Amino acid sequence: MKNCEYQQIDPQALSVTPLSAQNLGEKKAQSPRRKWEVFPGKNRFFCDGRLILSRQSGILPLTMGLIVVTCGLFFAFDCPFLVKHLTIFIPVIGGVLFVFVAISLLRTSFTDPGILPRATPDEAADIERQIDTSGSSTYRPPPRTKEILINQQVVKLKYCFTCKMFRPPRTSHCSLCDNCVERFDHHCPWVGNCVGKRNYRFFYSFIISLSFLTSFIFGCVITHITLLSQEGKSLVQAIEESPARYPLSLVICFFSIWSILGLSGFHTYLVASNLTTNEDIKGSWSSKRGAEESENPYTYNSIITNCCVTLCGPMPPSLIDRRGFLPPDEPIPAASASDIELPPFRAKNDANMCTQSTKDVLERVVHSSDFPVLCSPGTPKTTPQVLNVSSRAAPTSEPSPSVGCTQQQARQSAATACPPFSRSNKRDSLHSINPAFRLASPSPTLSHTTLILGDAPDTGFNPLH
Amino acid sequence: MAETHSLQDMRQQAAITAKVFIQRDYSSGTMCQFQTKFPSELENRIDKQQFEETVRALNNMYAEAEKLGSQSYIEGCLACLTAYTVFLCMETHYEKVLKKIAKYIQEQNDKIYAPRGLLLTDPIERGLGTLYSDC
Repeated sequence: MKNCEYQQIDPQALSVTPLSAQNLGEKKAQSPRRKWEVFPGKNRFFCDGRLILSRQSGILPLTMGLIVVTCGLFFAFDCPFLVKHLTIFIPVIGGVLFVFVAISLLRTSFTDPGILPRATPDEAADIERQIDTSGSSTYRPPPRTKEILINQQVVKLKYCFTCKMFRPPRTSHCSLCDNCVERFDHHCPWVGNCVGKRNYRFFYSFIISLSFLTSFIFGCVITHITLLSQEGKSLVQAIEESPARYPLSLVICFFSIWSILGLSGFHTYLVASNLTTNEDIKGSWSSKRGAEESENPYTYNSIITNCCVTLCGPMPPSLIDRRGFLPPDEPIPAASASDIELPPFRAKNDANMCTQSTKDVLERVVHSSDFPVLCSPGTPKTTPQVLNVSSRAAPTSEPSPSVGCTQQQARQSAATACPPFSRSNKRDSLHSINPAFRLASPSPTLSHTTLILGDAPDTGFNPLH
Repeated sequence: MAETHSLQDMRQQAAITAKVFIQRDYSSGTMCQFQTKFPSELENRIDKQQFEETVRALNNMYAEAEKLGSQSYIEGCLACLTAYTVFLCMETHYEKVLKKIAKYIQEQNDKIYAPRGLLLTDPIERGLGTLYSDC
């Protein structure tokens, strides 16, 4: 560990002032940071991680503004008249509906939709290992899928290259938020968040209550105008009495009614058949697609049960621990150490994914079939991501991989032999990695390997957990 | 050569810190269940029956958490009627069961796994993705 840190800090000290090296030490003494501060997805957090919103929260203020303005106009102008002529309950009902809409909207927007935390480096490497050991291919096919059987229906699980894991069924990756979301429905710009497993019921109650609210306001405004015209004034005169607001209220209500009612109807259909918007749009379970008839394996074949499950089912907790504290020790070195030390277990480390690239480099140098069997290759796309994630989580070790690697790589290629891990490796010929990328990517594994070999007694690499 | 020897030492040490991941079992849908298949890495460390019993017990507890019974429906309806503000004061059924699971895992670790040098990690820390045991 000491040597690793030395290598990591040394080049940095060259380019950066010594203060930064001091700061690294000071940072550890500072109060620990919460996990939301290093969250890799494109989200915004409020109230110290209690509230979560998509970074592209776009038109949420517009949504709120429209609702508030319309209701405000309603309470200010229509209610006094209608209370006089009809009943006191008009503003009461309006008020209740407005409160319900507001709370549902806020809950939809600020609740974690069911974001899945990204796989840790060792987990990702374990998955890679499993893919390899199954001997699935001599090359890596671009989309990795795993087929499983759910209720006698074949379902394909896709591998998410960003989150480095096989997505559970019904999970989809939202490109706007850059997260995998469970039971992904859609990303709603009006609400400024994804709609997924945890906030679908809030979204549904929002659109239903909004339908009622807009219909109610629309009805009240029409009643107001009708009553005014019945009192002897003509319709035109009645509208003239309050010039600005009628067109505004009416127009907003009229257009929103059709779209909101339509959306409510659509989502009611989805709820009743236990589908998500995503599945419906893709036609995953439609019998029209292809020759096979595929049925929705998640439905309970009863409308009531489907509704109850979706809307009143148990509420799972948030899987991303937003308010937890980051562990004080750095995950990268620990993980790499433990993974490197496990040749039989084969690469549970993001760093190990880089080994393959180094391995290939060495292959070219040495032309030997005996090579380190450490890694499962990561795709070109993943490795930089992986390094990003790791380095974000453990800032102090950020330069370590690249720095250590380049040095070690140079050393290793000079050595022209890899004695330690020589064992027959079928995977030597496997996994064509883009050579351009290969050369660019550092090989932290190799650096760690060499470090462990040479400096094992000194390194404080504590394979701990 | 010296390098090889130190590597072997490391390998022995490494066996202490191996991580074995037990993946989710999706055969019954999106419910949280873990595969009861006994991983080969644990062959010499723990009794197969013991391990399978632990995983089965965990699966049962997760099934209980996600059970669609009258209790969960009542909770859901109550939440809907109060505009979901009831969760500010009350803990959901799911959370209660998760606490039970955490306690169970702790218990199992103390009684069975720690003496054998293993450590089960609560899946909730991994986003309910995998159950992993540290060797």
